[in-house]
Amino acid sequence: MIESITFESTEQRIFQLFTENIALLNEGAGTLLRNDREEAMKAFQRMGIPSRKVENYKYTDLTKLFALENYNRAFRSTSFDFDMQEVFTCDVPEFDTHILFHVNGWYFDQNRTDQFPEGTIIKSMKSAWLENSELIEKYYGKIADSTTDPLVALNSAFAQDGVFIYIPDHVVIEKPIQIINLLRSEEDLYVTQRNLVVLGNNSQTKLMFCDHTLAIHSFVANYLTEVQLGEDAVADIYGIQNQHNGTAYLNGIFVRQERNSQLITNTISLHGGITRNHLQVDLQGEHANASLYGLSLTDKDQHSDIFTSIIHGQPGCHSNQIFKNVLDDNSTGAFTGRIHVMPGAKKTEAYQRNNSVLMTKAAKMNTKPQLVIDNDDVKCSHGATVGQVNEEALFYLQTRGINEKEARLMLMFAFAHEVLANIGVEPLRQSIDRLVNKRLRGEVSRCHDCKLTEGRSLEVPRL
Amino acid sequence: MLIIKDLHANVEGKEILRGINLTINAGEVHAIMGPNGSGKSTLANVLAGNTNYEVTKGEVTFFGKNLLEMSADVRAKEGLFLSFQYPVEIPGVSMINFLKTAVNESRKYHQLKELSAGDFLKVMREKKEMVQIDSQLTNRSVNEGFSGGEKKKNEIFQMAMLEPKLAILDETDSGLDIDALRIVANGVNLLKRPENATIVVTHYQRLLDYIVPDFVHVLYKGQIVKSAGKELVLELEEKGYDWIKKELGE
Ligand SMILES: Nc1ncnc2c1ncn2[C@@H]1O[C@H](COP(=O)(O)OP(=O)(O)OP(=O)(O)O)[C@@H](O)[C@H]1O
Ligand SMILES: [Mg+2]
Repeated sequence: MIESITFESTEQRIFQLFTENIALLNEGAGTLLRNDREEAMKAFQRMGIPSRKVENYKYTDLTKLFALENYNRAFRSTSFDFDMQEVFTCDVPEFDTHILFHVNGWYFDQNRTDQFPEGTIIKSMKSAWLENSELIEKYYGKIADSTTDPLVALNSAFAQDGVFIYIPDHVVIEKPIQIINLLRSEEDLYVTQRNLVVLGNNSQTKLMFCDHTLAIHSFVANYLTEVQLGEDAVADIYGIQNQHNGTAYLNGIFVRQERNSQLITNTISLHGGITRNHLQVDLQGEHANASLYGLSLTDKDQHSDIFTSIIHGQPGCHSNQIFKNVLDDNSTGAFTGRIHVMPGAKKTEAYQRNNSVLMTKAAKMNTKPQLVIDNDDVKCSHGATVGQVNEEALFYLQTRGINEKEARLMLMFAFAHEVLANIGVEPLRQSIDRLVNKRLRGEVSRCHDCKLTEGRSLEVPRL
Repeated sequence: MLIIKDLHANVEGKEILRGINLTINAGEVHAIMGPNGSGKSTLANVLAGNTNYEVTKGEVTFFGKNLLEMSADVRAKEGLFLSFQYPVEIPGVSMINFLKTAVNESRKYHQLKELSAGDFLKVMREKKEMVQIDSQLTNRSVNEGFSGGEKKKNEIFQMAMLEPKLAILDETDSGLDIDALRIVANGVNLLKRPENATIVVTHYQRLLDYIVPDFVHVLYKGQIVKSAGKELVLELEEKGYDWIKKELGE
């Protein structure tokens, strides 16, 4: 039906999808979500799909992507004929995690019996909207603003499910919570996922998002995670993206930090077609600390865009960013690092660095720091390098009998190491080390450590 | 072992080596001296296979094989070692991983079994003792943050690990304090075998008091203009290079 209609614009097509499916979207949703959705849609219509003229979207052409996609929407959760636990097991030694799944953006309940400390909530957003409306009302849509960012608006307009994690005050979840996001479909698919993570005062957790594709079809994934860190809370958030080249991955992590809270994020992009990671950290309490690390490995025609925005709203906060890119073939990358230090945020320390290595002449990297500093009691630094492999080091290694290919790999791996060294969960760090090594070697780049038992009804893409 | 015939080499279009002739046999120690910029490091680099230097003429054979046709890593595996005048820092590449890869690549090349982690560490301990290198250094990245002297010691340590047939030491003495100089020289002497040879590039007699050369060559403007026995070192130490320039009619 949709094919027969030609739309004046992408926005119109999206609006039509929205109105046609509003009943589905709102199925089982409370008033809060209904209202938020409507508002978000209005905001989206006002802003539209951002072109490259929109400053925050300068390096990723979304108009083209959205003009071309006319994919099915995952408005309903897909039913599965396989046991997720059986299909997808993580066999990193000693790497014990609480595992959650999403399939096409839908929380996949596998009736796990993991025990969590009292008061902890881990459940689907869909049910949380109804059952935990008080908490939701307090945080949902409050950290990521639909009125100023079109992708946030788009996510909010179509949000139906995701994971809700609530960790009460003074609770420490020892085992990392691993959230495995799978894309699997018999046809091209557009997926929306919306997560909310709330850490109470003095609580701690480690989250690990693993993003995979399990089908050869094309995907657009518009994911958004809002994170609230209470006073003295500590959160490590790891993202490991390993998707095929037909995937457009538009991922947002928006964090609000209260006093003395500590955040570490580590964004590892191993594989993906078009990737945009939007990381926003709002340091709203004194002495909050945020460290953002990232590593992007791209080849062929892949594109990886990192957009960070750190808002130093209070005195004595500390932020540090290290992002690295290794670009092969015709791949392109971008890093935009915005640091905004507010007038009252005295004694701010904000550091930022982006280093890239171009493996070919055709690979391209854009890097742009954006510092807005509104007081003079600030220590700030930013630096960016775009270069080739250090030829002198390469020769040195060769003179010790290491062949050029191996020497190059050693140097690339060394380059990546600074980012990987910041992964605090040792078995995870080791497994990512291995993945990165494999990826740099051009060996099969699927995440073998989360071993996929092949066969059954699963189609596994050949990458 | 090594025969260099009429070797010419350019860097960035400029001719630096202008017809080098040199023959080195097993068991010999050759010293190469010469004023700054005369081409000593260039010769070392050309022999080690640095592709920034373009060989325009001449030939080099190493144990009868055409050295110039080999890539740098193959030269190393064939037994050539260069101790760099300025060893490069390689952040993120751990000494251990680097050495282990280097040693095992060479073993594979010679169809030997790779060393197990345990055996490798054992060998490493032995060699560390031999060159008295600080234990902590091998826990770090290659040369990263090493002092000038530590870098030079590290070169000799690598040489000890790789056991080359021909070692070229490019100003390994510079930057070493007196004790370190003795240790390094001692290490070199301990590693000496009748079937091996050493080329020592230096400006000073000091090192040659410890590593006694059989032949001393003076490189000047890309050519070996004088060769003699170890007595030449003393003469150079006393008189500098001017008398040689005069001899050449300059
Ligand atoms: N990569 C390079 N690019 C440009 N010029 C070079 C390069 N390498 C060497 N040269 C030039 O070649 C000449 C010889 O340099 P080389 O380093 O071989 O001298 P050297 O005899 O080792 O001197 P020193 O005693 O100072 O170590 C010098 O004029 C130097 O500037
Ligand atoms: Mg030199």
